[in-house]
Order: sequence, then structure tokens, then C-alpha cells
Amino acid sequence: MALKRGRGVAAINYPTGMNLGGDPSQALVHSTPTGSFMVTLSSVDLGQGLRQVMSQICAETIGVPTEAVTIDTADTDTGPHCMGTFASRGTHRIGNAIVQAAREARDVMLEVAAEELEVDAGDLETDGTGNIHVKGAPQKSISVFDTALAAHFKHGRSISGRGMFLVPRSFPETETGAMKPATCYAHACVVADVEVDDETGEVSVLSVKNVYDVGRALNPKMVEQQLVGGSWMGISHALFETTEPYYPDRDNGGTDFNQYLMPGPGNLADTETIVIERPAADGPYGAKGVGEMCANPQIPAVANAIFDAVGVRVDTMPITPERVLRALKAQSREAPAG
Amino acid sequence: MELRKDYFSDERNDDLNEIGHSRTRSDTPGHVTGRTAYFADRTFPGLLHLKMMRSPHHHANIRSIDVSEAEKHPGVIRVLTAKDVPHNLYTILILIQVGPEDETVLADKKVSWKGEAVVAVLATSERAAQEGAAKVKVEYEVLPAVFDMEEALKPDAPLVNEHHPGNFYLYDSGDHRKVRFGDVEAGFAMADHILEQTYNSSPIEQAPLETTGCIVTPDGNDRFTCYTDTQAMFFTLDNASIILQMPGHKLHMVGGTVGGGFGGKVDVIVEPIAILAAKLTGRPVSFIYSREEEMQISSPRAAERIVIRDGVMNDGRLVARKVTGYTDAGAYSRHSPYGAQKGAAHYPGPYTVENVWIDTYCVYTNRTPSSAMRGFGVTIADFALEVQMDKLARLIGMDPLEFRFINAYRDGDMKAHRQPTEGAALIECMQEASRVADWPVADRFYEMSSRSREA
Repeated sequence: MALKRGRGVAAINYPTGMNLGGDPSQALVHSTPTGSFMVTLSSVDLGQGLRQVMSQICAETIGVPTEAVTIDTADTDTGPHCMGTFASRGTHRIGNAIVQAAREARDVMLEVAAEELEVDAGDLETDGTGNIHVKGAPQKSISVFDTALAAHFKHGRSISGRGMFLVPRSFPETETGAMKPATCYAHACVVADVEVDDETGEVSVLSVKNVYDVGRALNPKMVEQQLVGGSWMGISHALFETTEPYYPDRDNGGTDFNQYLMPGPGNLADTETIVIERPAADGPYGAKGVGEMCANPQIPAVANAIFDAVGVRVDTMPITPERVLRALKAQSREAPAG
Repeated sequence: MELRKDYFSDERNDDLNEIGHSRTRSDTPGHVTGRTAYFADRTFPGLLHLKMMRSPHHHANIRSIDVSEAEKHPGVIRVLTAKDVPHNLYTILILIQVGPEDETVLADKKVSWKGEAVVAVLATSERAAQEGAAKVKVEYEVLPAVFDMEEALKPDAPLVNEHHPGNFYLYDSGDHRKVRFGDVEAGFAMADHILEQTYNSSPIEQAPLETTGCIVTPDGNDRFTCYTDTQAMFFTLDNASIILQMPGHKLHMVGGTVGGGFGGKVDVIVEPIAILAAKLTGRPVSFIYSREEEMQISSPRAAERIVIRDGVMNDGRLVARKVTGYTDAGAYSRHSPYGAQKGAAHYPGPYTVENVWIDTYCVYTNRTPSSAMRGFGVTIADFALEVQMDKLARLIGMDPLEFRFINAYRDGDMKAHRQPTEGAALIECMQEASRVADWPVADRFYEMSSRSREA
């Protein structure tokens, strides 16, 4: 009886968005009289931080600090349509809608600033801190604050914009399956190290080394929270989770967190996260959807590491101690230890 | 976390003011001090609580429903049955013309899974609603049930859902979604080795901290405000509008701050019946799943069975891949037909294989309807594909990582569903994994690029 170590690898890709119904989302952007910006959506923040990343996308596009942008979302009386938060679509689809809306608002803002400065709007640029100035002549400048005031009370201009993201709906061709299921793909490769107790069948994941291509890390800390949480969920899927432990038998399903097993703090693997950014041609600042893919590769990597450790394959998820032990017993029956 | 900026640096502008910077999340202070308001934090005078009386059987005809004792229970204000629901038969994706309508809001003639909603009880407290639900008397005629997907597909299997003869979803391509690319039999004929393996999974719970639910208030102007933790505001509004036969402008959904979804909150289950209850009682109504309901009633990730047959050459090239995938939808469609289709598009994984044959089936059984979950249609496929890749590498005596480099897709490669590959970065992820995990591969693999093939 021994603790045996093994190592496994897995590599995956993952589609951004869904091909049903064209996957639409809309955004509206407008400025307040003093140059703050409101983004109006009906998108849902599930806790992943959608509001924050949307405000950064809007701020970058208009050319103001992120603090100047407020996200007003998920009230159907005010927010325009969004398909929803799922299918790794939020950052990509809603982000694209915001970029379009924010560009339109920025154009109006620069036109008003140009009138105030008596220059051509095409000669203006933003400094990102709340000012607009003539390219190459930073002293010829007006603040976003003053520009918004002038737009509201002097020029009668609405600094606002509308954005919409939609792809043509894809209907799979019936005989060949030709279809366009997504717009861009994220990637990952994971190496997992495990320790298997061949007496109890218990598997401990010692470490995971996760390498992800996310297109563009719009907010790296938020990317990290998503990737680390996803990695934990992948390990949990590999070893612990099911609502029907003896599927297809319906009995013995967990009804609370005492019965529905998930790894606790003591089961956390040493997690190393590496990010590569190959921008998506159609993503907002190159971002791909990474919300889902980050939880997938750990499952096969752990399964392959278990084989590497003890030489048995468990091809049914989750890989519980009971299944590992049964496989080990079957193995020893087939090839009795000499 | 480390960003490896040297990869693809020529494709990015890293000199931006707001993008690429780790700004502190604006919602963090509220979350960590407990001040963020979720839908269930609201209280309203006269609030009623809705509890469901659910089927104790996996499959049964309903002979009669007697709510008289439940209605007399102290605190019970109203009891709802199927006849109270204006458009009781629905399916979520009907909004984008994916039918047929196949599920009832409240069961009328038959129940097809243990836990299916039959009668809704509204009371002044959760306890009274629960006790009232326990007093509903339903007479059932128990029917044979089927739980295994392959059993369900046999001609003499019990029919789970009258809208799906044969217990499968009928695509325009027939009883399964197909992908056909190249000549898979020719690929197997030329292969040095053929390996066929079967992979299985069980249903998985999304396990959000906040359970599914909503609170509805009648606004006095014939409009209803629904505070909800749905993942999709207009999916919910538009489906509620269909089920209740109520114009959309009478409905007002408020949400957007959710305690975890993971796909578990994209079905439209609690809102329509709660809005109906608010309309019929004229009082605010709360319908929030218990943890037990979240785990055993709310849709889990589907169980899958995946059979992969591969043809591989001794030099590592995959020359044929045939996949037959089965998705266990449970008793009703919800999003499962889409999940099975998404799986069909995902195979053969991030590898270029010239001969591919994919069949994916969406199968009905007498269990909790499954639906979306993080990695929908792909998570279990990746488990099967990547364990299979490991087995293939060992079969031909090759390093598992080098085997993947040999087959990795590159920009311009045609995928099995006939879209050219673009923006690939699998090779670079594997190169970096090789370095960080100290898993050396031959030099030629470090010189590969996703952008083009070697001469």
C-alpha cells in the first residue's frame, strides 16, 4: 500500500458565444452634464465582475478614466436587449456593443470640443485623464467636464451613442454539419500532478500548471480570479461532483453541501497560472471569452495523471475513490502482483 | 498569475490607458462588507411565499388533484393548478424558433420526473406554504420509467415525453445532429491503429451560493415588477409574456446582481408562476428555491455518454475520428438540444483531422431536466477527447504532449464543421506548459507556430 504520484496533460479550445439567434446584445452610452458617462445595459453580473470590465471598455474607448463611467444594468424598463450572461459571451458580445456605442459618443464629444477650441475635430485627442487637446499641442486643451457642460447648455448636443453586436444566425447544414458555431476560440494547456492512495482510492491534486490563451486580459486581476476559480471547479468536477452518484440510478442524490461533495480549502491544489494573449480579430480590444474554458482542461489532465500514477483508467466522471479502488482491484485480478 | 507578453506581441497594442490594467472592481467593497443588495434582500408588506407540491414518482399519469384540504390550511391564501396558467405548455428556446413546446409550467395529465411541479401553494409564511403543499392530494397511476439513455432509445421503451416520439430530439438532420468531413472509413482503412473507447459522466450541479428565485410585486397600474436572479433578463421577460399571455410592456424585470449562475439560472422556471400568483392574489409573491430544490429540482449539467473511435498512424498523425455522443436531457428539452448541437461542432477538438464523422443525440429519460452549465456541450467532450489523446499517445509509444503538437490545429486549417481556423494559440499554450511544468519536448515543437505550418 502506497501513495503513488503521477502527471497528466490536457489541451483544449473553447468557442466564444452561441450560434443561436445571432447572439445579440445592445448598449447605450450617454454623458451627464458634468462629463460622467452612463452605460445602460440589460446584462447580468453573475459575480464575475461584468460591470467593472464593461466600464473599463467604455472608458478606454471614450478616452476618460474608468472611475468616470457608471454601469446601469439589468432593468428591462431602461436597458436595451441583451441575450444574457452565458456561453462565455459577456465580455465579447456586450464589450463589442459598448465599443460601438462609446465611439459614437466620443465622436460627438470631440465635435463639441472642436467647436469650443475652434479647431478641427480630427485634430483632437484625449489624454485619458479627463482632457481633450490638439494633437501635438497639449496646451490647446479643454476638459471633458467643460465639453459636456457646453454640449448640454450651449450647443444642444447629446453626447451619446448606440451599440449593437449581432452575428448572422448560423443554421447547421443537415447532411454535412457545416456551421459557424462561434466567432473566436480561447485555448488552454494544463499539466496536473496527483498523488493516489492505492489503499483508499483517494486522489489528491498536488499542483496544476494552467496556461491559457485569453485573447486579451482586459483586467489581469479579474482574469486571474476567473482562471483560478475555474481551475478549482475543474478539479472538483474531476474528483467530486455529481447530483446522481450512481447514475443512471436516481437514488442517493445530495440535497445540501454536506452530501454534495466539493473540495474544501484542504483540497486546494498548488495553482500556477500563465496567460498568453493572442487577440481575437473580432473581440473588444482582442478579448476572447474565457469564463467557461478555464474549468475544462483540469478534468482530463487529472484523469491522465491518475493513470500515470497507478496504471488504471477511470473513464466515468467523477473519478471517486470508489471508482479508483474498483479499477485497482480489477487491475490486480487481471495481473496478480508477483 | 503571469502574463507572457512575448507571445503575439506584434498583434497587440499594449499601450492603453484603461485596458490591460488591474483596476480594483467597483463592486468589491459592497461584496466584502455584505452591503451588496441581492434580489432576496427586499421585503414587502403582505408578502406571500410560494411552495411547490411536486411529483413523488418518476413517471405517472395524474388521475385527480384535490386541493380542498390545502386551501383550508391556516395561512394559505391561494392554490394554483395547471388550469390557472394561460399558456401552460412551453419551451424556452421557442423565442428563437427552436421548438416544440414540450414542458408544462404545472403538470396537468402526467408527470415525467420525480420532483416535477404539480400544484403551487401561496401562504403568508414559508412554513404555511410548505404545510399546505403537503395537504394537496394527487391520485397517480404509476407508469414504467426509463433512466438509461440507450434503453430509452430502444423501440419498446416507455415514452418519456409525448412531444418527442422515440425519446430523442428530432433535428432537421434527423434523430441526431451530424458532422461529416472527409472520408472516415478511408481514414480507418489507412490507420496503423484503431482505438474505440467509451466515456461517461453523471449530472452535475451548478452550485451557486444564491439559489434560484424571484420576488414579484403588483405595481397597481396593471404592471408587475419581478426582482430576479436570472442570467438573462429578456429571455425571462419574453418567456413569461408567452406563458402568461400578457403583453411584454406589463412586465418589468429587475436584476443583474447575482450570487453565482454557472448556467443554472438560464431556464425560466420561477418567474412566470410567481408573476401569475401576484396577479391572481394582488399581493407580492416570493418564490425562492431551497438548497434541496437547487440541487435536485433545478436543471443540472447533463450526463453524457461519448464513444470515440480513432485511427492513428505510428508517426502520430490522427487520420480518422468518429464520435457518437449522447446527452441526457432528462424529461424536457430546456437548452439540451442546443447543448448536443454545440458538442457536434466542438469535435474533433483543437486538432486537425482530415476524416471526421460526428453524431450527437439528445435523449429523453425520466429524470430532472438538464440544461446549461459552464462549458455547456463541451466540458464532458473535452474529458473524453483528452483522455482518448493520452491513450492514443501511449498506444503508439509517443510522449502525450508531443502527440498533441503533431495534431494541433493552425491558422487556415479547415475544421470538421467547415470553418477555417483563425486566432489559434494551442501550440503556444503547449510550449509554455512544457516550459513551466518542466516537461521537455523535442526542439522542433518549440519552433512550431499556430500562425503557419512548417515548410
